[in-house]
Amino acid sequence: MASKTIHAIYNDDDLLLHAVKQVREARYHIGEIYTPFPVHGLDKAVGEAPTRLAITSFLYGITGLSVAVLMMNYMMVQDWPQDIGGKPSFSFLTNMPSFIPIMFELTVFFAAHLMVITFYMRSRLAPFKKAENPDPRTTDDMFLMEVDATNHNVEDLTKFLYDTGAAEIKLIDNK
Amino acid sequence: MYTLSSKLKLTAIILVIVGAIGLVYGFISTPSNEEELKELLAADAHGEHGAEHEEASATTEEHGTAVEADHAASSEGHGETAHGEGEHGDSHMEHLLHQFQTKPWSAIFVSAFFFFMIALGALVFYAIQYVAQAGWSPVLFRVIEGVTNYLLPGSIIVVLIVIFAGTHFYPWQNHELVEEDVILQGKSGYLNFPFFVIRAIIYLIGWNLYRFISRRNSLAQATATNLTPYKKNFKASVFFLLFFVITETTMAWDWFMSMTPHWYSTLFAWYIFASIFVSAITVIALVTMFLKKAGHLEFVNDSHLHDLAKFMFAFSVFWTYLWFGQFLLIWYANIPEEVTYFIIRIEEYNLLFFGMLVLNFIFPILMLINSDYKRIPWFVMMAGVVILIGHYIDIFLLVMPSTVGPNWSFGITEIAGLLFFLGLFILFVGTGLAKESLYPKGNPFLKESENYHY
Repeated sequence: MASKTIHAIYNDDDLLLHAVKQVREARYHIGEIYTPFPVHGLDKAVGEAPTRLAITSFLYGITGLSVAVLMMNYMMVQDWPQDIGGKPSFSFLTNMPSFIPIMFELTVFFAAHLMVITFYMRSRLAPFKKAENPDPRTTDDMFLMEVDATNHNVEDLTKFLYDTGAAEIKLIDNK
Repeated sequence: MYTLSSKLKLTAIILVIVGAIGLVYGFISTPSNEEELKELLAADAHGEHGAEHEEASATTEEHGTAVEADHAASSEGHGETAHGEGEHGDSHMEHLLHQFQTKPWSAIFVSAFFFFMIALGALVFYAIQYVAQAGWSPVLFRVIEGVTNYLLPGSIIVVLIVIFAGTHFYPWQNHELVEEDVILQGKSGYLNFPFFVIRAIIYLIGWNLYRFISRRNSLAQATATNLTPYKKNFKASVFFLLFFVITETTMAWDWFMSMTPHWYSTLFAWYIFASIFVSAITVIALVTMFLKKAGHLEFVNDSHLHDLAKFMFAFSVFWTYLWFGQFLLIWYANIPEEVTYFIIRIEEYNLLFFGMLVLNFIFPILMLINSDYKRIPWFVMMAGVVILIGHYIDIFLLVMPSTVGPNWSFGITEIAGLLFFLGLFILFVGTGLAKESLYPKGNPFLKESENYHY
């Protein structure tokens, strides 16, 4: 079955925010919104679930801390506990202060890098990836809202979107 | 308009009275001569053990060795004429007596400084908010002004204590000791009593002057038709911050570092500042939550609480960073004249010394890292109480090991000091909050602050 979407283009972020609220109230389904810059409050208006990226980062940080502890405990205390300048390498705790800079840095390193990679994977960003841009103007000064029109009367929907202040309305037929 | 409830007022007065009685008891029960000390030690079941223990560690502690050397010298002549006791035992008992007599002084100073530094830190936070032209905080200005109302009594008490403590805290005030100590002679250009007192009075006047001016301007702005009082306050805050950075540094040298005058650390003043600042922000948050719950701060929302909690979190980490920065460098290089400071703290105060890290770092970092939790009042309240306990221990560990060495205890005198100053703090902060409307009318950023949303 062919699906239809409508691309409504706005030229102001305030207008877009209001439109999003109206569209949601009228129970139309918003597919995607393209904006040239972050619009404060848009994610809440659309009803996006909050991101869990911070939680993953915390877990990655703990992973990094464990890696640092295990690595240095093995190398400095268990494998070859050499006397280096009188540092007490009898157990991990007796020599811990000198390990803390590395523990800290590895925690930050893991938390930061793995979180960024997670972000790339979840948002499907990679080099040589084909840009999914319905209209190049949305990277400059236009805001585009995709509204699902498959099971709706296209004319009513067009009229509705026009009333929300859309500057341009296009019907896209996905065959 | 907030009024200090009679119930709270009565509680505070009772705390002050009970604390005062406890402090008086603490000073009276101090052994005044060696015979009394011997009785005290004999009465204590572990007295003998404690004494032995003390003797072994006395040599590790800098202040201890310095004072002991002094007493050994002075007791030489004394021992010959008066009693035939062994010279070493005699000087040891004298040393022990000195530390026991210092105990109530230290107890009162720890609590006095702890509550004073909260008022001082709040004042600094206030000045920073002015200078940074922060858009979120003006709704809290009256609350902060209320907290700084304790500054005047608090600072006077603290300055009186450091001036009158004399050799109880500051071995460099002992002339006989300085005469035979080349290091102390070298420092006498800075560490001498008249200059010490002058400095203390300069701090006292400078800090209280800014508090007076800023409060007056802030109140004048509420009725003013233009922004002149605000602009005056801005300028005053800039100069206060400059003055504060310098005087806080020398204050830390004067009042804390010179307790162990052979020891020095460059980071020390910043480290104390971190403690001051995080405790002050915590108390501001606690007072804000208290007043909000009582319905006096409708214009404060949970985003303001969120920001305060973020500051509590961030400055707990900052404190840990400085604590560790100081500890790691000294531990790593292990230079004898520097490590003495940490040796006595680790050997004699082990649980407090490392427990403090749990309270001041691990607890806040785990409790306040979640963005949602920072908006829940009882959660922030809990974290705040833990942070305050942690920083009380921090001040305890700045003072006690340097003054009473291994003979510390947490008994009637220490608790009494805590109660006395807590009562005084509640009284002055409460009356300070009750003086004016809690709504800082006229502040140019008030509208933004009221609508603040994170």
